[in-house]
This record gives sequence, C-alpha cells and structure tokens, in this order.
Amino acid sequence: MKNYLYVFVIFCSSIIYAQDCNSILIGEIVDFHDNSTLSGATINVTGKNLSTVSKENGKFTFKNLCDGVLELEISHPECTTKFITVTINGDTFSEIRLEHHLEELKEVKVIGDIPKNTNSGQENILSVKDIERNSGNSLGDALKKIAGVSTLNTGGNIVKPVIQGLNGSRILILNNNVRMQDMEWGEEHAPNVDVNANQNISVIKGAAAIEYGGDAIGGVIVLEPLPVVRTDSLFGKTQLNLSSNGRGGNLTSSLTKSYKSGLYIKAQGSYKKLGDLEAPDYILSNTGINETGLSLNIGKRDFEQGWEGYYSYFNSEIGILRASHIGNVDDLINAINSDVPGIINDFTYDITQPHQEVTHHLGKLSYYRRFEGFGKWTTQYDFQQNRRFEYDIRVGDDSDKASLDLKLTTHSILTNLKFDAKEGFDLKVGALGRFQSNFANPDTGVRRLIPDYDKYDFGLFAIGSYELNSDWTLDAGARYDFSRIDSKKFYRTSRWEERGYDVDFADIIIEDLGTQLLVNPIFDYHNFSGTAGFHYEINDKDHLRFNYAYSQRAPNPSELFSDGLHHSAARIELGDLRIKSETSSKLSASLERNTSTWGYSFAPFLNSIQNFILVEPTGVEFTIRGAFPLWSYRQTDAVLLGLDASLYNNWSSKIRSDHKFAWVRGTDTETDTPLINIPAANFTNSITYTNPKWNNFLVSLESQFVFEQTRYPDNIEVFSPEQQENVILDINTPPDAYHLLSLNTEASFTLKNKNDLTVGLSASNLLNTNYRDYLNRQRYFVDDMGRNISMRLIFNY
Amino acid sequence: MKTSTTMKRNKTLKTVLALSLMATVITSCSSDDDTPEVVNEEEIITTMTVTLTSAAGTATLQSQDLDGDGPNKPVITADNLTANTTYTGSIVLLNETETPAEDITEEVAEESDEHQFFFGLTGSLTEVTYADSDGNGNPVGIEFELTTGDAGSGAITITLRHEPKKPNDGTTADAGGETDIAQTFPVIVE
Repeated sequence: MKNYLYVFVIFCSSIIYAQDCNSILIGEIVDFHDNSTLSGATINVTGKNLSTVSKENGKFTFKNLCDGVLELEISHPECTTKFITVTINGDTFSEIRLEHHLEELKEVKVIGDIPKNTNSGQENILSVKDIERNSGNSLGDALKKIAGVSTLNTGGNIVKPVIQGLNGSRILILNNNVRMQDMEWGEEHAPNVDVNANQNISVIKGAAAIEYGGDAIGGVIVLEPLPVVRTDSLFGKTQLNLSSNGRGGNLTSSLTKSYKSGLYIKAQGSYKKLGDLEAPDYILSNTGINETGLSLNIGKRDFEQGWEGYYSYFNSEIGILRASHIGNVDDLINAINSDVPGIINDFTYDITQPHQEVTHHLGKLSYYRRFEGFGKWTTQYDFQQNRRFEYDIRVGDDSDKASLDLKLTTHSILTNLKFDAKEGFDLKVGALGRFQSNFANPDTGVRRLIPDYDKYDFGLFAIGSYELNSDWTLDAGARYDFSRIDSKKFYRTSRWEERGYDVDFADIIIEDLGTQLLVNPIFDYHNFSGTAGFHYEINDKDHLRFNYAYSQRAPNPSELFSDGLHHSAARIELGDLRIKSETSSKLSASLERNTSTWGYSFAPFLNSIQNFILVEPTGVEFTIRGAFPLWSYRQTDAVLLGLDASLYNNWSSKIRSDHKFAWVRGTDTETDTPLINIPAANFTNSITYTNPKWNNFLVSLESQFVFEQTRYPDNIEVFSPEQQENVILDINTPPDAYHLLSLNTEASFTLKNKNDLTVGLSASNLLNTNYRDYLNRQRYFVDDMGRNISMRLIFNY
Repeated sequence: MKTSTTMKRNKTLKTVLALSLMATVITSCSSDDDTPEVVNEEEIITTMTVTLTSAAGTATLQSQDLDGDGPNKPVITADNLTANTTYTGSIVLLNETETPAEDITEEVAEESDEHQFFFGLTGSLTEVTYADSDGNGNPVGIEFELTTGDAGSGAITITLRHEPKKPNDGTTADAGGETDIAQTFPVIVE
C-alpha cells in the first residue's frame, strides 16, 4: 500500500511545477487504528470554497492550490471531525489519520439507549431529561426510572440503590471512573454523589462489566460527565428546583469552557436545602437535609493522547427521623403498634440529633495514549477521603458529641491497555492496586462499631469482545482480585467468648485489658470472576443478549466486625469473623425490540449465590435498658429469580405510553425460607403527551403500583419486660401494597438561544396517599412522604 | 516538528509515570502500626441500686450488667420486703466500667426536667409515691416511697425515661420518650 502511494506522489510531482498556484494536494484518509482507508469523508479547505469527498481508496485531490499553509476540515459520518494544517510546497501528499472509533472524543452525540459498557449484559442508560427531573432528589430516586432498580431508604433523604434485589457492597458506583469508597456497607449510608455532577448515568445489572470490579454481584452504576465538544466554546447550565414537601429546593450550575485543541475545563456546583419532610397526616420531624456538591474537571482530550484532572467535593448533613430513635424493644413494639409517631414537632429547617454528616473528597488524575495500529493505554490515580459523623441523642456533656466518627482514606492506581487495532476484535487488559485505611476516632466515647483497619487490594483483568459477523458479537472476561484486611479491634471479653472466638481465634489476641481484648484479625481473600455472553442482532430492530457472570465478593468490614448497639436503629448488630467471600453465578438474558412505533424489553435473570451474606433479626439481648433486637450476619445459599420488563408504544406522534414491570423472588435455599429485604413487585404505567409546536410542551401522568411483599422471613418472638411475657415482634411483616400517581409537565422557551429555558412542574404522590414501603427502614414509625409539588427552571447558556 | 512532538509526548509520559510512582510511595508509606486507643463507654449505666429503708430495716434491689451492651444479661438481686410497710426509696445509677465507678444519678438529677423514673407494681406491692420534683414541680423519682401490702409475691418494674412528656399521667405509655433503664425486680413480701 505504502509503496503504491509513494509511486503516486512521485508521479504527481513529475508533471506539476511549483510556485504557480497550480499545486496539487493529494491526500489519503486512513483509520488510525487499523490503517484501513476511509471513503466518503468530506474535506473542506477552510476559508476557500473548496470541497471534495474521499474515494473508495480513501484518496482525495485538490488542484490549483497556491503554495502556503492550508487548513483542512475533514469530516466522516463515523468519525470525529478533524482540523489539520497542511503546508503546500509544490505538489504535496498528506496522509490523514482519522479516529474511526467514537468513544474517546465523543463529539458526536451519544445515542439513546445503546449500552457501551457491555455487549451481552443488561444495561440501561438514564436520559438527561430524567436526571433533570430528579435534580432535586438523590441518585437512588433518579435510578428508580429503570425497571429492576429500586431503593433501600432510611427516610426520604437516605436512599441506596437496589439492583435486581441486591444493594450495598454488591453495587459498585463509578464516579467519573473512580470506584466510590464511601462506606457503602451501612444500610443508612447513601452514596456520596451529587446526581447533578455527572449527567451520563448508566446501570449495568450484575457483574457483566468486570473491568470495574469482580465483586459487583448486584451491579454497577456508571456516572460520567457529558462529553465535552471539541470546539472553542463557553456554555453553562443552571437549574433551580423548588419543592413544597420540605419547603426548600436546590440550585445547581455548571460552566464549561472548551477549546478546539481539545482542552476543556468544567466547574459545577450544587446546593440543596430542605426542611422537615411531611407525610400526609403529620410532619416527619428532623428529616431535613443540607447538601453541597462541587466538582472541577480539567483535561485535554486529543486524538492520540489526553489527560484529565478531576476533583469533587460532597457534603451532606441529613436529619434522621426523631421518632425513629428509640430506647429498647418495648419502645419498638409500641412504635410498630402505633399509627402515629411518638414525636411530632412543628416544621423546622433545623437539623438536630439524631443526624449524620458526611464529607467526601475525590481526586483523580488520568492519562491515555494511543499507539498507532495497536491500541490505547490508560492509567489513573485516584484519592478519596470519606468522613462520617453520626450524632445520637446523648445526655450531659456528650450531647453534641458524635457517636460515630469514621475517616476512610483510599488510594487507587489503575492501568489498562486496550488493543483495538483489529477490526471487530477488542481486548483490554488491566491491573489495579488499592490501599485503604479506616480510622475510627475514639474521642466519641462510644465503643467503635467499625474498627480501625488497613485494606490492600490488587486486581488483574482481561476482557474482550469479538464481532463474529455483523449479527453476532461475543464478549468474555476474567478477573482475579486479592484483598487483605488488617484490623485492630477491641472486643468485650464476654462477646469474644459468646461468639466462640476464644476457641477459633485465640491466636490473634494482642492485648488483654481485663474486660476488653485487643485483637488483630488479618484476613486474605482470593477472588475470581468471569463473564461470557453474546449479543445477537436478529435484525435492525430486534436484539437478543445473553450473559453469564461468575463473581466473588469479599466480606465488607461491617459484615466482619460490626459489634454493638446501633441506637438510631435500636438494634444490636453483630458481624462474624468467620464470614468468607460470597460467590454468585448469574444468568441473564434480554430480548429487545426498538422501532419508532413501539418497542419492548424482556429481561429475566437467575442469580444463584453461594455463601450469601445477610443480616436479619435473630433474637434479643438484654441490657439494663431493656431488651434489644439482635441482628446477626450469617451466610447461606440463596437464589434470586426475577424479571424486568418494559414496553412502550407511540399511539400517535404526540401520545406515547410506557409500561414497566419488575419482579424478584429471593429464597434462602438452605432453610427454604424467603430472603429478607427483597423489593416487592412493582408495575408502573405512564402516558405522555408531547407537542413540539407548543414550545415542546409535555405532560405525563404516571401510575406506580407496588405490590405487597408476601414473602418474608418469620417474625421473632421476644420477651417484653413491659408486658412481662413473650410477644411476637412484628419486625419483618411488610406493609400493604400501595398505589401512587404522579404528574409531570414541562415546556421550553427561547430567551437568547433556541429553547434555552425549560420550565417544569411536577407532583409526586399526587393524591397524598398514606403508604409505607417495605424497603424503608422507617416504616415501623411513620408513613412515607406525602404529596410533593415541585417546580424546575433549567436555563442553558 | 516530529521530534518536538515526540519529546512532548515523552515529557507527558514521564509526568504520568512520576505521578504513578508518587502514588505508590504514598500508598506504601501510609500503613501504620498504631495501636488504637481503647474506648470505655462513658454514658453506659451498668448498675441500678435501689435502697429501700423502713423502721423494719433496709432492703436492696439491684440490677448489674457489667458488660453493658454485651451478650451477658443483667444480674438481678432483690431482698425480701416486709408486709404492710412503707419504705423510703432512693435510686443510685453507676457506670462500673470506669474505675472509680461514675455516678450517673448526678447527671439525671442535673437534667431532672428531661428525666423521670416510672414504677410499675404487681402482686403484693401496692403503691409508689414520688418524693422529689424537678425545677417545674414535676416528679423525678430518684427519691420515692413504696408501700407493701399483705405477704405474697410481686414485682416492681423501674423505668427511666429520657425526654418524656412532662407532666404526664404517671404511665410510660403517656410519657413517651426513650428508655434509659427498664428493669423488673421480682420480690417476696413476707
């Protein structure tokens, strides 16, 4: 090929003379990756009315050019537009390499629901519109739009995403390619991310994307910034949301400056303040929130190399329902039996005890470099620090002191090489190193719930995808993760013996303080994961995907070490040092159809988990304060079987209806009993009317029906000191089914630029229905949130 | 031209490598072998001692749970009481995980408007009256009087509530608040 070109150039120069404005430029356009020629590219000479299209062999020609410098704009439907300068000195030949793969520069719009993290796995993308509508909510609330995603709540503001029945450490959250390390192990620990910071959000159900971690038995949530367009521009977006429930709102704003050179800088900030939330019949006292998020991206994305620096700060102060802070099992029995909470105060913006305050810092540096005809190398360092204070109701001098004060610091280094030179075959190999240190401040005066520990992780992975032909794509991957946790923890001697650790772990005691023992557990985990699947494009409308994922997850510090009374939950939580890694084998399939008139997705899954780690009420323990429910971690074998289905139909160009159904059934196969905290089936239907002629007017009505969870573990029998007898503690019984309506309407207007202002008005729980949700930990005490009318203004500039 | 780009690339590459190296150094250095400081619970009440005094003599009821929220149950002891007698009662709360033991009764007395003891009686125990009050004239219950009936068995349940509704009708159900102590003493009245 090259030889042929030289011949061509020589041939041209032999017939044309220089300096006469009759020079000829001959160019050849080739793919950067595999050196194949690209036809159909448009080439414009900037500032001159000259234009041509590259031929079958990738070549183009301009005649009658003057000597000097020319700027060419080369565009191709499948490539990023590229500007280059060429010095014309007599007859000139220029080889132009175009980025034929879009993923890096992302100048072309990202198309709808096309998965990009996995070919064969179940993956959904949240639209920017959906994120805008949830700008005032949490990440979990926004993700609920996706069939199969539900939430585990502690009130209205602490919202953890649940994917196909699994939550917590089984869900990995990637914030701008940094795996969040924010104490995700706690049920009342919400992800420390601002939903407004990253507007490109996708959910991978299950462990199919093992590049990000082998332990994502539940799934992966990928948060990325919207791609920055590579031109000289300055643009921004500001959104204001006001909501009636909580009597507050949030303001979020971002400003992006980009340059043609690929350099960009983006700053974003959000502030949110809500006072006490309200149930239909009463105020949910002490449920306010203050939240601040800031982020800054600076980087340069070029064709061959690029770098990025990213920093984000997130701080939230969240009130915990006052009435949920209770003394002992009798208080809990009374709360469960009572229709109204024990404490209802007047509305206030003040947040008092109990509450939590969490700060998360995240910094990242990344660099990539492409190698011609070979692939791309990426490396990244990231740093995170998560500081969590939990304040309980305490007496005397300690009343303003935190009961829990944890500082979690994490450093990670990632590197990977992607080989994509061969058309239709991509291979990526990578490695990860991570160090994490947790410090539990003893100044709280409360025994540590989570001890001091150091954790070391090391991972290696390889993933590949292969296009068998235009219809079939295969993907597969394998990963190995080593992790070591080295902790120093104090145990009460009585607890140590009661757990039988004096027999099994006698050798790890390093100090005996009489009533307490200092021990040094060091545990190593070797985990393997693997995935394989296919994507079959039946035709341009119908797709079939099938994936098998094998994944292992090491126990988190909470599962190993929890030991103590959790006041805000009125329960004693006990981890177990004997807990091993859990292993999941998940089969998932999806059949999808997408046409302009209608479409559906039908996605069943079967997840069989060996040594599944769960926490559930197992009894009571007596203290001078009375009896407390004991929640113990244990391991068993479990099977989760489920189905996510969705359907849409465009009845006309203006009317569309959407239907979604999700169901999951979780069983402890060792005891043949239902698993705890499995979301109830839910069915959502909505109808939307849009009319682009009326300022893009949109109105939609949504009905959400949540079934009663009929499968739950048995309640426990406890001795009630108050009643002086054994009573059934109704701690597992799920609440009734409920139905909620919500309404959303929006329109856009033109101030300076076309449609630069969007105004929206929505109402959730439109009928102010009283309901309680099984996966809300405050369901024992109060009804869920009542009607919320919110207004949003979105201004693009 | 070409050389300068290559040099530039090399420079960037070096920077990245340097950063990665730095990160590795940070990572390997921050491991420390500090021994964490032991935490002795400050607010825990391990022991409630009720002293009942009458002309007939002194009786003691005690609940002691030295491992606090640990797995061991409180140890409850109760002396026998004399029938048809009025006792003067007083309550002492201690945190015996500290040495010397911390007297928690003082804290309760200081915040008496936020605390109240409640007494539940069954069997041969007939009446309790409060013998103290907080700054607002509402009962506290650190000091009280207990009257016994005829010989037989009975039980007294003593509950300390933090932030109860005050005043209240004397029952825990009406008072609300959070339970700091709830212990039942079976007693024999002879």
